[in-house]
Parts: sequence; C-alpha cells; structure tokens
Amino acid sequence: MSVRRLAPADLQPKAFAFSAENLAWAEHEMRKYPPGRQASAVIPLLWRAQVQAGGWLPEPAIRYVADLLGIAHIRALEIATFYTMFSLEPRGKFLVQLCGTTPCMLRGSEDLKKVCKRRIGEEHHVTADGKFSWIEVECLGACVNAPMAQINEDYYEDLTPANFEQILDAFAAGRKPRPGPQVDRQLSAPIGGPTTLLGPEKS
Amino acid sequence: MTKLIVDGREIDVPPEYTLLQACEAAGAEIPRFCFHERLSIAGNCRMCLVELVGSPKPVASCAWAVRDCRPGPKGEPPVVNTKTPLVKKAREGVMEFLLINHPLDCPICDQGGECDLQDQAMAYGVDASRYQENKRAVEDKYIGPLVKTIMTRCIHCTRCVRFSTEVAGIPELGATGRGEDMEITTYLEHAMRSELQGNVIDLCPVGALTSKPYAFQARPWELTKTESIDVMDALGSNIRIDTRGREVLRILPRLHEDVNEEWISDKTRFVWDGLRTQRLDQPYVREKGMLRPASWSEAFAAIAARIKGVAPPRIGAILGDLASVEEAFALKDLMTRLGSPNLDCRQDGAKLDPARGRASYLFNPSIAGIERAGAILIVGANPRREAALLNARIRKRWRAGILPIGLIGPQGDLSYAYDYLGAGPDTLAELAAGKHPFVQRMQAAERPMLILGQGALVRPDGAAIAALAARVLSDNGMLHPGWNGFAVLHTAAARVGALDLGAVPGKGGLDVAGMLQPSKLDVVFLLGADELEVPAGAFVIYLGTHGDRGAHRADVILPGATYTEKSAIYVNTEGRPQLANRAAFPPGDAREDWAILRALSEAIGAKLPHDSFAELRRALMKAHPHLGKLDQIEPAAADDVMKLAKAGGSADETPFRSAVSDFYLTNAITRASAVMAECSALAAGKIPAAAE
Repeated sequence: MSVRRLAPADLQPKAFAFSAENLAWAEHEMRKYPPGRQASAVIPLLWRAQVQAGGWLPEPAIRYVADLLGIAHIRALEIATFYTMFSLEPRGKFLVQLCGTTPCMLRGSEDLKKVCKRRIGEEHHVTADGKFSWIEVECLGACVNAPMAQINEDYYEDLTPANFEQILDAFAAGRKPRPGPQVDRQLSAPIGGPTTLLGPEKS
Repeated sequence: MTKLIVDGREIDVPPEYTLLQACEAAGAEIPRFCFHERLSIAGNCRMCLVELVGSPKPVASCAWAVRDCRPGPKGEPPVVNTKTPLVKKAREGVMEFLLINHPLDCPICDQGGECDLQDQAMAYGVDASRYQENKRAVEDKYIGPLVKTIMTRCIHCTRCVRFSTEVAGIPELGATGRGEDMEITTYLEHAMRSELQGNVIDLCPVGALTSKPYAFQARPWELTKTESIDVMDALGSNIRIDTRGREVLRILPRLHEDVNEEWISDKTRFVWDGLRTQRLDQPYVREKGMLRPASWSEAFAAIAARIKGVAPPRIGAILGDLASVEEAFALKDLMTRLGSPNLDCRQDGAKLDPARGRASYLFNPSIAGIERAGAILIVGANPRREAALLNARIRKRWRAGILPIGLIGPQGDLSYAYDYLGAGPDTLAELAAGKHPFVQRMQAAERPMLILGQGALVRPDGAAIAALAARVLSDNGMLHPGWNGFAVLHTAAARVGALDLGAVPGKGGLDVAGMLQPSKLDVVFLLGADELEVPAGAFVIYLGTHGDRGAHRADVILPGATYTEKSAIYVNTEGRPQLANRAAFPPGDAREDWAILRALSEAIGAKLPHDSFAELRRALMKAHPHLGKLDQIEPAAADDVMKLAKAGGSADETPFRSAVSDFYLTNAITRASAVMAECSALAAGKIPAAAE
C-alpha cells in the first residue's frame, strides 16, 4: 500500500451534492442511529457518494458528507483515506481488480497483468475513453477458480489471457459478459462436470 | 478498593484505576508516549507494557483496568511485574519498532534535551539498528503560524489529535491513511483555529510538532527557567519563562490544577517576541511637538516643572491592564499624597465598585468550581476569546455530564453547545424576574453559575446590569450557603488587584470617563494605560513598556518593566494573589515601575515613604493582608451579591458585546508581537489559511 492522497485540484469537481434520491436514502440511513450518533452513518454515505460521483470520492464529496453528518471535515477525510475501498482518484467506468496473490499468481495472473498493461496501461491509469482502469489487489477469496479478477461488482474466474481479452472486449463494446467461471464448470465444481456423487451409492 | 501486588509490594487502589496508575501508586515508573492523564486513552504506542501474571502476553498498562485483573487460583490478589526481564524485553521490542522509522536527527531537532523518545531510548533503546530497508519519509504539513511540523519524526501517538478534539474542542487535527502511511494533518493543511493549539507542542513526545517562533533559538539546557505568572488575561495562568541572557526565548505552562491545569493559551505562550520589539528603553520628553530622548533627571524635571502649581483636582491617574498590585498601591499612595482623588483602574469604564464588596467583582465560584457547576449562564461574554482556558474548563465540565449552558450576548463558536437566550438586557431582566424557562433549569441544578463578562459592564448602564445579573441569582433562590455562583469574568490582569486596593476615584474624584472629558484635567498620569484616548490639552505622563497608543500621546515617557522583568503580585479573576518573578532585566535605561514611581514622587515633592521594594511590599501587606496569602483565595461574602442585587438602576436595550474583539491583540505587548499580528490576520481572514 502506498500513501493515499486526494486527486490533484484540476481533477476535482467544484461542488458535490447528493441527488434527491440519494439524499432521501442518506437521511433514512442516518435515522437508523440514535439521536446524536448520526456520524455512525459515515461509511455508507461516503460509499454512496463514491457511487454517485462515478466510482471515486472527490474532495467536495468528503466535505459534503461531513457537513451532512455534522462532523469535522478531517474526521471524514480520515475515514476516506483509511479504507482502500474509497478511491480518491478517478477510475475507469470498469474497474478491474486483478488478484495477484499466490494461488492466482501460480495459476497465471502474471500473464493477465501483461494483458492489463498492454490494453489499459499502468496501474491506476484510466484509458483515454474513460472506460477502464485496473489495480492489483490481494486475495479476493476465489482461489479455487484462480486466476480471477473482479470487474466492478462481479467476479470473473478461471481466466486465461484469451478469455480475459474477450471479457474486456465485451465491456468495451458495452455488453456485460457472464460473470463467474469462464470454463466449463458450475461455480467451483470440477471442470467438465462432477467427478463424484454421480449417482446413488453402489454397495 | 482492590488489592494488587506490584513488584512484590501489595497496594490498595480504586478498581477504576488503570494498571498504569496503580503501578505509579506503587512507585513504579512506567514509560509511555500516547498516554496522557488529561486525554482519553488510545493505547497505541505500547510502551507501557507490563507483565500481568497469568496473562499469556504483556499487557498495555494504560488501557487495562485494575478491575479487569483476575485474582490468582486461590483468590490471591493479581500480580503485576514492571521490572522483570520479560517487561524489559517487551519494551525494547516496542522501542525498536518506534525507532525503525524515526530519523536520527536529534542534533538538529528542537526537541533535543526534552524529548520523551530520547529519554526513554536511554533506558530501552538498543545501540544498533537491525533495520536495513529504507526509512519512511513524510512530507511536512502546514498547520498554522505557531506549530512547526517535521512529520517524519512522528510516532503516531495521536496526543495532538485527542487534545484538539477533546480539550480544545476544535477538531482540526486528524490521522489520514493507515498503518505505516498514517499521517497527522489538518484538513487540506488548513491552519489550526484553536486558541490553545500551542499546547500540542508540549504534548508531542517527539520533535514532530515544535514551536515555530522558537525554532532553532536555543537548547533547553542553556535556558534559565523562572516560575512566574501570566498577565495576558485575568486568569493568572502559571507559567515558566525561559531566558537566555536578557532575552525571553519562550514561555511554557506550569502545573496549577485550580487555574490553568497544565495548559496555556497561545497568547500567553507566543507573546514573547513582543517583549523585544517597540520597547521604550529610555525616557522621552516632548519638545515643540516632537518626542526627544532624555535622561531620567530631565524627564523628572519636565514633570516637576509642569505639575508645579497645578491644583490637585486637576491631576488624574489611570492604571493600565498589566499593572501589578505593588504599582497600583504606590500610585494610589502617590495620588493621596498629591491630594488628588482622581484615580481609576477601570480604563475600559467597567462599572465595578469595590465599595459594593469584594464578591461583586470576583469570579466567586472559582475556576476549578466550574467543574462542580450544575448550570451556567453566560452574560455578555465570549469566554473563548476573553479567557481561553476558562472556556476549556467549561468545555471539560460540559463533556463530563449534562450541563445546561445559556448565553445572553454575542453568539460564537464556544466549542460546546449552548442555548442562545437573547442578545441584551431585556432577556436578562426576564431571567431576573423568573419568567424565562432557563431559570427553572438553573434552579433545578445544584450549583448554578452566572458568568458576567466585561462586555456587559463597560456600558453606561453597566451598574444596572450587574445588579440585574445578581438578581437572577438572589431573586430566584440560587445563592446557597457554600455556593456563590456570581462570577465576574475579568479580562485585565491588573483589575482585581487594583479593585482590592480601592484604586478607584476618591470622594468627588473623576472616573476614567470623567478624566477623559476635554479640559477636565491639566496633568494625566498613565500607568501602562493604552486602551484610551486622552483629549488634547492635558499634559500626559506615560509610564509603560511599549511604544503604543499611550506613548504616542505622551508628553513625558518613563520607560518601565514588563511582567517578565519584575517581581510582582497579580490577583486573578478569582481573587487569587500570585507571585510573578523576574526572569530578565528591563532594556536600556528602563527601570522597575515601583522605583520610577518612588523617584518621581521625590521629584514632584510628594515623596513615597518606602526606599526598597521589600519596604513597599511590607506596607502593602500591612494595608491588605489578604494579598500576602499567596495562591489562596480569600472568600468574599455572598451578602455582597444580595446587596448588589438591590442596587437597581435601569438598563437600556442595546445588545451585549464581547469585551475582546480580537483574541490576539489585547494589550501593548501583543500589539508589538509579529507572531500575534500574524495570528490575528489569519483569524480575521486577511491572509490565506491554507498552504498553497
């Protein structure tokens, strides 16, 4: 992990405010806590602000959420910089979180990294069309189907450079590829269908 | 009480004690960085590890309560060891981790010589590093003109964060990032706004936060330390003045639980550069409209020549806000000898009268008493600006439990929640008549308190407002035996002492407003009085320290000594006499004020009887014995408040204003200070608050 800073001033929007729908949602969220404890809603609100802002938290959004909750700006900044799920810099529309931890590495994530570097660029770099950026992350807990990547909310597993490229092509074309294992298997069952428990046990 | 065995010694401590407190009670010394008695417990430095027998690993004693210790298998008291090899090894491990990223820049660090990390590394440090990797480097942050940051030195104890959030009440500092990348900063490097921010310098156990004005000025061991009293506000904060040669290099707080605890305000701490600049270091005499340097004898001759033949009622004297009790006593004596009743110590025109009794002008419940108060009504004051530490006390009490606070007067961010009741005397009258709902809340509280600011007293109807305020307490049955909640908050360090001496107009004498009427007086003597405008025509003698407003108007200037340059007694707003000691000498030809008064009295033929300072002080103690009881409050009679309530008078409807509009510029010394000027400009928004 490296020091996380706010994006440079020229990338920051002038102002931020929740949409009417999000504001209603935020107020509902704040009502879940006893009076005077509304500050507890800070993480959900920051998350919603990040979603609304297009996958990253601009500085005005941090201030806006702090003001909404009546806490000091620095308190919200502390939280936004603590959790890596809050992105302080703009991201691509599709964020590829590529797992590089040992099981995925052994199963070929280094090759996937090369694909990312070739198609998207360096880590954190956003493509010119604003569609893609990628980061390497630690284990996302799908080692059984390694190597894998998370693209926005969905897991794509059993990747090879070839099918990974196809997935990225699909996103670029505006289609949504089928999430989950990209080979012939159901969830984390063996490739090619079940190998055990094929029928009633024979004695 | 719970029994505990610490290092083989059995002790009995309250169960709510932490192990650290229990170990200290047993006489063991526990190293610590993050723990501080007046802040919440963080438990993140791990330096205070001790061995708790039965626990699988060492425990952080600051965050472990005595009641959480299990007894032994046969019900024996829990056993704690602080000196075993296990403890030493554990602490050495912690120290090694702390030093991994701490730079070895002690030779160029201002904290050197008074650094907790340095001291504790002597006991728990190892002589060589096993760390081969690159050290962490952190960018320095701009957090204002007072606190310098060298953030690579930070060990993440978070004392500064906790102080600004809890004690100062202006949550500005925070820790961004996590783990090794954690950094202490303000939001976008905005300058801190608290009036107590300087205390983070003392709290910082390493050299990450140091004093910006004092940077690279001196090493602690080459400074002479003098214990003294502050005069920047009327609290009488206990301070330590560090000097080298003639120069004051810094001012630090001294522990006094009943006054300033262990904090001081920024004005107290950083005013010292004002002690060097704009100083009057020789007498001046005005000739043909121009002030020219003169000798003492020339100055005295000029005064004697002018004063000769002037009728005593045409002579007046005004006492400034920084004058000590001794000077006030000598000046009063001098005026009596001259036969003039025109003497006043209330240069702002506050309607306080010692004839109404001492309780009518004291902060009767005492500063520490704020912590026992059950409800507080603030009238015509902004405590944060008028007495920043008293405000911190109110906040401390407010944090400790339910405390209704009402405010009549100017609204502002006081760092605690309050009910705004109204702007002016009509609301106060409503309370006095018992018609306001806040009165019931005060009555319900066991010890209600009313803080009356100078802003409410300096008005023409100040006396009526004082009476009205007293009526709020007396007419609603809030004055109990043993609790007098009538609290006058002063802003001038000299005021209570001078009122105790009766330095107010004698029979038929003129008060400040009267003296400042055109052509009322021929000769006006200003003892450090700068906050007023003497009309043209009068001959002005100014005895003071700085080339400020008073000196500009003066016809003769007599250079005096500041509070760091004389031994003197000051009485704080509670009525507590405290002794200030001399830390340095006045510059050039300047002399101590009492000696000037003594010499002047001889020159004008009204010789004062005391030939030495000891004689003057003896005479003072004889006339006012309570001033001799240093650091003790002579309780004032609560009946005075009853009497004050009956005084009556009519108040107009003008809203109250605070007596202090700019916290940083309240007297001649602060106006001479470049640091205070910068802080003032920053607070007023005249210079950008963030580093760009």
